[in-house]
Amino acid sequence: MQFIKDRFNYLFGSTKGLILVAIAMTAVVTAVWGMLSGPMAEFGVRDVVVRLLGMDMVPAAREGRIIILYHSIAMAVIAIEVYMITGLLKMKPLFKTVINTVITVGYITTMIFGLGFAYFGQNWAFHGLYIAGLTLIFFAGVMLVIALWPWNKEYHQPDKDYARTRSGVDLERVAFFAAALTTVISALFGAIPGSYFGNGFEVFLAENIIRYPEKTTMEYSIIGHLHIMLALIAVMITLIIGRWLNFKGILHKIAMPLMILGTIVLNLGVWGVVTPLEPVAHMIIYVGATPSMLAALLLLIWSWRTLICEGTAHLPKPSFGQKLSALVRDPLRFGPTWQMLFMNTTVSGIGIFMAIRLDEIFRVWPAREERIELTGHWHVLSAILATIILLYYGDMIGLKGKVRQFYGWSIIILSNIAFAAVTFFEMKRLFVAEAEQQPIVNVLMYVMDAALALLLVLLAVVMAWRLMDLFRSNGRWKAEREQELSQEVRR
Amino acid sequence: MKYILITLLAIFTLLAGCTAVDLNAPLPGYETGIDPNAWASIPAGEFFFGQHDESAETEAFEIMLTNVTTAQYAAYLNNALADGSVKLDGDQVVGFYPGDKFHGAKHEEPIEAGDWIFIPLDDPSQRIKFDGEIFTVQPGYEDHPMTMVSWFGAWGYCGFYDSRLPSEMEWEKAARGTDTRPYPWGEEIQRENANFYASRDPYEDMSSYGSRTTPVGFYNGMTYGDYATLDSASPYGLYDMAGNVWQWTGDITEGMHYRYMHGGSKDTYEMDLRIWVRNNATPTYYSPGVGFRCVR
Repeated sequence: MQFIKDRFNYLFGSTKGLILVAIAMTAVVTAVWGMLSGPMAEFGVRDVVVRLLGMDMVPAAREGRIIILYHSIAMAVIAIEVYMITGLLKMKPLFKTVINTVITVGYITTMIFGLGFAYFGQNWAFHGLYIAGLTLIFFAGVMLVIALWPWNKEYHQPDKDYARTRSGVDLERVAFFAAALTTVISALFGAIPGSYFGNGFEVFLAENIIRYPEKTTMEYSIIGHLHIMLALIAVMITLIIGRWLNFKGILHKIAMPLMILGTIVLNLGVWGVVTPLEPVAHMIIYVGATPSMLAALLLLIWSWRTLICEGTAHLPKPSFGQKLSALVRDPLRFGPTWQMLFMNTTVSGIGIFMAIRLDEIFRVWPAREERIELTGHWHVLSAILATIILLYYGDMIGLKGKVRQFYGWSIIILSNIAFAAVTFFEMKRLFVAEAEQQPIVNVLMYVMDAALALLLVLLAVVMAWRLMDLFRSNGRWKAEREQELSQEVRR
Repeated sequence: MKYILITLLAIFTLLAGCTAVDLNAPLPGYETGIDPNAWASIPAGEFFFGQHDESAETEAFEIMLTNVTTAQYAAYLNNALADGSVKLDGDQVVGFYPGDKFHGAKHEEPIEAGDWIFIPLDDPSQRIKFDGEIFTVQPGYEDHPMTMVSWFGAWGYCGFYDSRLPSEMEWEKAARGTDTRPYPWGEEIQRENANFYASRDPYEDMSSYGSRTTPVGFYNGMTYGDYATLDSASPYGLYDMAGNVWQWTGDITEGMHYRYMHGGSKDTYEMDLRIWVRNNATPTYYSPGVGFRCVR
């Protein structure tokens, strides 16, 4: 009994244990549900999975199923970010315990009963529990906002190396607070229309209505919700990585006000889509996105400079090659910001390119081609965010030496190959005619699927290792039970 | 050495994707026995429209049993060229369209009165050939659906024969009947029901040219060689209302120049074959996966 109690306390009572559980659950869902589409469906694997698990996939309910699947995975990711925040930032222990407990119950309930409802027979009690799970996560978010309140003197920043106001208010904490507060408000942007459409079960995917000349307020609200939630998850992970790496100095002082400004303006733009400001909402969004991306760029510059300085400190006059070698010697510290840069190439860059040439390229394609680009675009964004979390997790579990190198570089290289292939796939109409695309489609699909499959295998190995570790009386889990992320922030 | 091998392997794999596709690869020559000149009668009355089963109503109308075939379209072009309804403009066949009312909505583009493209003649995927005098069909494609035809080309064909493109409601009713089925033949889809992406029909080779059109009415329960199809007619006896080619519909939406298509195609997954799923494109768009049928 003590054996189970100790493991349970680690998995559900410590930050690292909670993160492990959420990653494991996300990995299982991704692996199983990933077999229901793409080449896996073509090879007939989907039929086997559906039969084996007894899934019931009503054709008319496809859109609703997918929405629940996205939410199930997203809630686990949000929970991971919340664990990281409560582990990294100062807050009252009671708040930390309550927030972590509520969000854990919330995302697990959402995931189990959401997927149970969507894929296994539409039991209405399950749907109710799915909504209850989402509500708990919302409640945890509200408590996080309260816990992060930055104007409490207890949380003032005494160190002048960090962004702070004259009175000592920690601007990094304000940035976290702004992101958390706007996340909670933006969640309502999905919840309200979600209730409206969900009550009649008249769900839709935003990418399918993008060309409708007239959209209702509720439809705009859904489109705004999905964009801003992903953007806020990205903002939050940028802040988390910054905290983990101990982002400071002059760039920190410039970046934090930019991040606060960007977060607020970005949200105002998105909320504006349901107001008379709708015609200029996109412009406000661009204005808000720019300082946020600049703040991320400053983090990148600072972290790369730090890695180079640390790695060449012993050399009197390092050459370019030595600096480069110092930059990439630790993939887990180099990777997160590299992924952010890569994200700007494969996601933001493509998005801006398409937005600028909307009428010449995008809108000449049939709607289904536009849908491929849109869904590819945000699948890549979501997956890159997941890889950043995994890179941080690698450091968190203390990977060292060759294992650290292998784990880190595998994530970076495999994900970059996959996402580059997705980007080419999205843009293929620019360089290959429809009738002649099959060979290039085959290669791109195999490349992206093989890379993602290998990535999942790597994750499975890590999860299996962590599972085996739990059976050891003096395993890594025992040490992790007592460790806190704030203690591991680089000094 | 290890890294060189990996790099070479990667380059080889990418180059494999650049192999040219033989757009004229031999076709199986199966007769379906379905008459593309036949029409089905759809009675007036209520039916369930869209994914969420809204109640709607249509007048009685007739609709073609199959998509317009390449042979039918070539015959039309010969007649229309002779009477001046269409003309050649460089490598295109064009015809007059009276234009649409422009509302100046966001992303809307004006469709003015004038000559608009019906079909391109210089595209390698075009199965209709013109020798300077007469339009003919590339052998083997006579009973395949007409593709590489713009919305204007579909509109022109139907108008020439005193018919028109179906509205979205008419199309859905013809495909669905009066119940709530998601596919024309019923509740479930199997590979032998329709021609869709990677459906393993005898016209498909996913390792080279990918999915190709099947002759109209192919999925009628017949066995072709060792390939057995399921009878996949709609409740009113229409064929290919799911898969094979997207079908242009005739509705013109206020504030939008795009035209809607239904039915999914040889190039889409089965989710797009559900009756209510819509695709849309500019009316000048043409593709090897888009065709049409008429109503009257």
